Amino acid sequence: MRTNEIFMAIKTDFPEARQEEETGAVIIPKESLLKITQYLKNHRLAFDNLHCITAIDRAERVELAYTLYSISEHHGITLKIYLTAGEENVASLAELWKSANWLEREVYDLFGVIFLNHPDLRRILNPYDWKGHPLRKSYSHPEVSIKPRL
Amino acid sequence: MAVTERIPASKLIQRIPGGGVFLTTSENIFKWGKASSLWPMTFGLACCAIEMIATGASRFDIDRFGAGVFRASPRQCDVMIIAGTICVKMNDCIQRLYAQMPEPKYVIAMGNCAISGGIFYYDTYSVTKGTDSLGIPVDVFIPGCPPRPENLLFGLMKLQEKIRNEKDADK
Ligand code: SF4
Repeated sequence: MRTNEIFMAIKTDFPEARQEEETGAVIIPKESLLKITQYLKNHRLAFDNLHCITAIDRAERVELAYTLYSISEHHGITLKIYLTAGEENVASLAELWKSANWLEREVYDLFGVIFLNHPDLRRILNPYDWKGHPLRKSYSHPEVSIKPRL
Repeated sequence: MAVTERIPASKLIQRIPGGGVFLTTSENIFKWGKASSLWPMTFGLACCAIEMIATGASRFDIDRFGAGVFRASPRQCDVMIIAGTICVKMNDCIQRLYAQMPEPKYVIAMGNCAISGGIFYYDTYSVTKGTDSLGIPVDVFIPGCPPRPENLLFGLMKLQEKIRNEKDADK
């Protein structure tokens, strides 16, 4: 199925879903994440594979992007959630897709998004005693990162 | 004459003309043996390791210089080739591996990353600025990003030269 058709299918059951203009990604409110992902996995859309979770820091908000793929149907979709600054938490999908476990740990490590009910929310790339979340715009670590003299 | 010039140890060992006897010091023999049989550690950190692997394979064949037995345990090695980017998370690991190697031990810093942080010197949070900054003494620096296998072999020959010319026999 094409992205638009998948979006229409989601939209019929979940009217709160919107489509992002530039990317075609489906934006959903964070409260409906569990409902919608369960639907996407078990519905005939058959999204059996969670490819990637990543985040984009836009200073005033953090965007979470979930890339889903269906191995049997050969189609994919990107889900997006906008998290307002200061409320970077969202439900964990580790129960639904096993791959979410480490992907969410990565997003937590680098962006500081808290995944609620995650079975093991530890850092995964940086050392366990690391301070801060390096891919956030506000992150600074002057003692290790040297700026070039221009 | 021409042949003996190409034998690295020819300066250390003197043949008595016309006889089956040669003269040397035990120290020189040890140094020669040490330099001719280096045991590197199987230890690659990033892209430079690929060049190190190529150097170990048949085309470039590091075995020709007596350093082809890559060991998987630091206890069995005497040269550590730091091949690649040192991430902050690897610091402890490298220091521990270095400490676990028995003396005499040597370190080759291969590639700009292992020398100074290389292209990751500026504006990164996760890369250590070179092997020296970990307090590990480096014997040979091989610049390049990545250095070609020939460069690694040249670095290895420099290390052998250094070992053969060591003043202190204990090292
Ligand atoms: S020096 Fe270049 S090739 Fe070697 S590890 Fe660093 S970036 Fe990779």
